[in-house]
Amino acid sequence: MNRNKTILYSLILAFTIVAPFAFPNFGTQLATLWLMIIVAITWDMTGGQMGYNSLGNIFFYGTGMYVAALITIGLTYDVGDYTSAAGGGIYEFTDLEYFGGMALGILGAGLFCSACAIVIGWLTFGLRGPYFAIGTLGVAIAAGELVSNWEWVGGGQGIALPVYPGDFDTGKTYFYFLFAAVGIGAFLFARWLYGTRFGSAINAIRDDEEKADAMGIHTLRYKLYTWAMAAFFVGMAGGISAFQLIHFEPLETAYQTINLGIFMVVCVLLGGKGTLWGPVVGAILFHLFKEVTWNYLLGWQWVALGALIVVTVVYFQDGVMGWLVHKKPEWFGIRVEKKVASGSK
Amino acid sequence: MTTTIDVSGVSKSFGGVVANREVSLSVNTGTITGLIGPNGSGKTTLFNSIVGYHPIDSGSIKFESSEISELSVQQIARRGLLRTFQQTRIYGAMNGVENMLISLPHRKMSIWDALKTFTREDYERADHLLEFVGLYEKRMLKSGDLSFGQQKLLEFAMALMNEPTCLLLDEPTAGINPTLINGLIDRLKRANSEFGITLFVIEHNMRVIMNLAENIYCLAHGELLAQGTPDEIQNDQRVIDAYLGAH
Repeated sequence: MNRNKTILYSLILAFTIVAPFAFPNFGTQLATLWLMIIVAITWDMTGGQMGYNSLGNIFFYGTGMYVAALITIGLTYDVGDYTSAAGGGIYEFTDLEYFGGMALGILGAGLFCSACAIVIGWLTFGLRGPYFAIGTLGVAIAAGELVSNWEWVGGGQGIALPVYPGDFDTGKTYFYFLFAAVGIGAFLFARWLYGTRFGSAINAIRDDEEKADAMGIHTLRYKLYTWAMAAFFVGMAGGISAFQLIHFEPLETAYQTINLGIFMVVCVLLGGKGTLWGPVVGAILFHLFKEVTWNYLLGWQWVALGALIVVTVVYFQDGVMGWLVHKKPEWFGIRVEKKVASGSK
Repeated sequence: MTTTIDVSGVSKSFGGVVANREVSLSVNTGTITGLIGPNGSGKTTLFNSIVGYHPIDSGSIKFESSEISELSVQQIARRGLLRTFQQTRIYGAMNGVENMLISLPHRKMSIWDALKTFTREDYERADHLLEFVGLYEKRMLKSGDLSFGQQKLLEFAMALMNEPTCLLLDEPTAGINPTLINGLIDRLKRANSEFGITLFVIEHNMRVIMNLAENIYCLAHGELLAQGTPDEIQNDQRVIDAYLGAH
């Protein structure tokens, strides 16, 4: 890593640490921004790097929420009693039960979602292009409907988790740092993965899967593992959201296909598909745009958001990073070289 | 002499069209074998059958003495039997070096090996082979922007990167200009003699195939018409009739 990059990374890290203290009124907004970054980076792992546009990644978010909540509750109480006790019993959690349950719950959510990705991927990776997108969307919608009819996990009412035991502002900062940690983890993981042979193999699948087959690449294996890695981070993000939101229900919060499920795709398209920084840049721009319109264009916010999607898809398909590659190819190492090969003769 | 590919009695039809009928041929280890025939005579279908692209109706295909007609494209490729496409297929969004690195053989690569970065040797090998096909200077350009002929050369280099024991080439010189063709013939011969790769080549350009192959098979209407050395094939009345359409 050269000096400029080291400085850039240090500045971003410093800002990440200082931000919730410097802008205390925006604590929840900043936490949501990290959530956007996580789902955008992980969506790009399959969508941008592997060429499989999933509209079902929200399934892992929702499932992560439920798994984390059920693990935390189940470690201390009977889940059936807890969820059916709306307005009834009072359930106290000690600090150990709360934080211990949360740690196991978030990790368990990630692992469970990875396993789900292997199973769903095995069933859906035979589909290509738009069929894969619709197929995975179907999985997410079906999961929301199934869960909302499953009384043991609270049915349509969802689940209410215990409140953060400390004071309110500390809680906000606490969840911000949880999201930030997973986000930084996802970014560093993606950065490392795209530099390996594994990364090249999934790029090969994106560019020409038949050719990759013909070259002997284990295409299905790579597709399953990639989606499982993405699902791990999304599942953990879902688990954190469950505790941050305190109460969640299946259709609008957990399996929110039309909100976060679409936002993650727009973030990536806006920032630039198939690039490392694209999803991050896109998530920041999108979140800014969304919050500004929600504040100053209330009533028209969905129209503005729709217009952003249309403009991005029709006129700006390569996104910010794609546009930069086009304008400044030499920054990205695209050049004609005249040097004699070091390995030849 | 051992055989690398042994095709016996292979038939394949698509609906009512019989693309291959009872085709039997063999490719000897370490040689360059040619496959010619008029358009629609079933050459590419035979290639597709050999590499597992579609199941065959009957017959047997052996690679290094083991049956491969039931295996998938990937499994056959990992055994070291590779093909290039008539319509060139490269990874267009990546540059030449990346195309080469992706083509490293996956037959020995476990998932843990895959999680390593490319080594210095990998890069050197990629550079060396790009130099071998004459694309070294253009190796950092997006390969989708290369000319068709250059893409063909890149595809050939990618196939070599995969260290195959046998390479099936579907019209390697189609769309390449005449001066480049001589260089390509030379490189194909060197791939055979220096790297020890057995070649099985479909070719329409008679000058190329007569210069290249030691043994040539001719297909017509899905059936094997003739077999022999370039001289024998050139003077075979049936082959001349098939190409001139005297039927």
